Amino acid sequence: MTNTVDTDKRRFLTNATTVVGSIGAIAVTIPFISSLSPSAKARAAGAPVEVDISKLEVGQLLTIEWRGKPVFVFRRSEESLSALANLKTELRDPHSEELSQQPSYCKNDLRSIRQDLMVLVGICTHLGCAPTYRPELAPEDLGPDWQGGFFCPCHGSTFDLAGRVYQSVPAPTNLVVPPHYFINDNKLLIGTEKMEAA
Amino acid sequence: MRLIDWIDARFPATKFVKAHLSEYYAPRNFNFWYYFGFLALIILILQIVTGIFLTMHYKPDTALAFASVEYIMRDVPWGWLIRYLHSTGASAFFVVIYLHMFRGLLYGSYKEPRELVWIFGMLIYLTLMAEAFMGYLLPWGQMSFWGAQVIISLFGAIPYIGEGLALWIRGDFVVADATLNRFFAFHVIALPLVLLGLVVAHITALHEVGSNNPDGVDIKKTKDEQGIPLDGIAFHPYYSSKDLVGLIVFLFIFSLILFYMPEFGGWFLEKDNFIPANPLQTPEHIVPLWYFTPFYAILRAVPDKLFGVMAMGGAIVVLFLIPWLDRSPVRSIRYRGPLFRIALSIFTISFLALGYLGTQPATGLYTSLAQVFSVLYFSFFILMPIYTSLDKDQPVPQRVTEK
Amino acid sequence: MTKVTTVLTFLLTFFTTNPAYTASAQLQLKPVDIDLSDKASLQRGARTFMNYCLTCHSASYMRYNRMGKDLGLTDEQVKASLMFASEKVGETMTIAMRPDDAKKWFGSIPPDLSVISRARGADWLYSYFQTFYLDNKKVMGTNNSTFKNVGMPHVLWQDQGYLQKGTNGDLTRLSEGDLSKDEYDEMARDLVNFLAYIGEPSKIQRLALGKWVLIYLALFFFVAYPLKKVIWEDITK
Repeated sequence: MTNTVDTDKRRFLTNATTVVGSIGAIAVTIPFISSLSPSAKARAAGAPVEVDISKLEVGQLLTIEWRGKPVFVFRRSEESLSALANLKTELRDPHSEELSQQPSYCKNDLRSIRQDLMVLVGICTHLGCAPTYRPELAPEDLGPDWQGGFFCPCHGSTFDLAGRVYQSVPAPTNLVVPPHYFINDNKLLIGTEKMEAA
Repeated sequence: MRLIDWIDARFPATKFVKAHLSEYYAPRNFNFWYYFGFLALIILILQIVTGIFLTMHYKPDTALAFASVEYIMRDVPWGWLIRYLHSTGASAFFVVIYLHMFRGLLYGSYKEPRELVWIFGMLIYLTLMAEAFMGYLLPWGQMSFWGAQVIISLFGAIPYIGEGLALWIRGDFVVADATLNRFFAFHVIALPLVLLGLVVAHITALHEVGSNNPDGVDIKKTKDEQGIPLDGIAFHPYYSSKDLVGLIVFLFIFSLILFYMPEFGGWFLEKDNFIPANPLQTPEHIVPLWYFTPFYAILRAVPDKLFGVMAMGGAIVVLFLIPWLDRSPVRSIRYRGPLFRIALSIFTISFLALGYLGTQPATGLYTSLAQVFSVLYFSFFILMPIYTSLDKDQPVPQRVTEK
Repeated sequence: MTKVTTVLTFLLTFFTTNPAYTASAQLQLKPVDIDLSDKASLQRGARTFMNYCLTCHSASYMRYNRMGKDLGLTDEQVKASLMFASEKVGETMTIAMRPDDAKKWFGSIPPDLSVISRARGADWLYSYFQTFYLDNKKVMGTNNSTFKNVGMPHVLWQDQGYLQKGTNGDLTRLSEGDLSKDEYDEMARDLVNFLAYIGEPSKIQRLALGKWVLIYLALFFFVAYPLKKVIWEDITK
């Protein structure tokens, strides 16, 4: 072995090769990691769902499937709207301060775009059961104070007709309002926020 | 105490790295032919990784398989790249393995004390053929189906038990859902495990006896005071840096094919395999994938079903026997006599010619040529004890030569 | 760059085409240029495809919105001008016709066209659209010299007009269509271009990525090779 080896050059080239090689190695992982995200098929299946609301009567509830989840669409009566206005102290988050639970355009006390029409993801925020729709006033099993709302049969969580969670039930937050908008008076699109350029 | 000391006290990490990399002394005179073992290992890793990701989207069901491949090609993000890496990788594997095996023939790498290295290597080759054959059924195209149908029917040639055996392999009266499902299981888990085990055995045996070299000189015979072979250099950093360059050149060619011609003119992805499998309609030409065609040509050269199958099997079996058929004391072709040189040239031409003939229709002249080349192929092995004993070998130097 | 790759591809293809396929190609195929970057051609081809093909043939692996994105059309444009049956742009190009009915009408089920260009080749498809001729022995009244006894009628007859087959096998014009010969050739070329596109939509990404990978590897070579050389100075000196 000779002592004429250029150690600086060797170190430089070792570093350069390591850097270039590492960049390549990292780049190679990108396709593999991305391949696990939802495919075009899954995205198509999870596309926004159009709902015809022209025949939806007051008090009636429609269950729509969106991205494999039940979405409740129902029409609230004038009486229930005024009842919702009176509920405050019984609720954990009456003014929808928890921003992740609804889009910004539904951050109001009625948690809706149109007062009468409510859209909710029908999955209890406690452990993911489907709450039942109980619009009637003061039924026997729910007691005289029941103003109409949702009752989760799994662990007894209760929500009002705006999906707001009551105090002292297991569910921590209000029911989720999915992104949605009204194409026109009779048509609702669930799963997207804004009208795309036609 | 440093972390590495802590580990070394419990697990031979440093010892392992030294034994196989930084203090594995390889002959200093490796040439072009010595890249392919390393490249084969890289491709094995590539096939396993891409295979795992394909398995996440592929459906081994005759009603869904074809569509799931197109699903990977279109709907899965980057699925097309992963699939092409796997399909191009399969052919690249055989290119590299054939060159690697040819290197063994050139420099006598199968000879004492490396017989087991060769035997393990041959087992890898055999497993790889099964792996490729079963993998080729999975896209469930016309070629997948009919290729499998023809190859499995070969087992039917075995007397008495043949038909029952073929039925048992298929699990149905034709290649069907049961066949697809079991081939999937073999392709994605059973055979890869066998392959990995054999690769470990191959490398362990190699590192036990040391690498051969283009001069066929035993470098362990001349050592310095520390017991390091005078003609040996550490695998790392010398061959690691050299193999990296080889890898980049390989990847360049590989990418050129993958990105600009992934079908490779119908050699890597056959046109007929873009038609879903149809058990009622045979394609005009059933041709196995290119890496099987030499053996397919031998099969068709024999005008009898049973003997054809035996000839085809025999063509692979004789390769296992080379270490004992070769009687010459000289390893490398550099110091071999003219007889071996001529024999190896004829063998190489025959193998390539058979490979070509296997892609052609089996008619008239082609069949006669396939018969001639099949005889030449087998003569290389059968006559080997004779011509290697008679050959006028040249003296082998004590040390490796600079070249 | 595209020119280089075209030449390269041609050369490699020339030396490597699997003889199993060239051997079978006794018919003279008319060569056609495939250019996936010609968006206008692809859009015209898409229109022809939707109007004529997608009534009997499906392309059930191809999604409308993927096509729109690759052809430079918005979802709304796709919906307005290219979609008739399906409701959502995320869906694949399926048809309402039942396979059983198709078999009754045509004698065989019209194949799905998603990967037909990869099974047949672009030249074959182009020739196929050019070689329909009148044949009163056939139920449909037409035959095709590229695909003998094909069950499919000459769907584009209004555009091309009718050809007849002479005793020497040559096709000659019998009646004029709405389009001139050049216009019809262009229509067929656009359609084949589109079929080639849906055969492998990822080809657009493949070609785009390929050159960067090659550039990267070339760059990598120019650091790794000098590194190998300095390391090996130990031995060669």
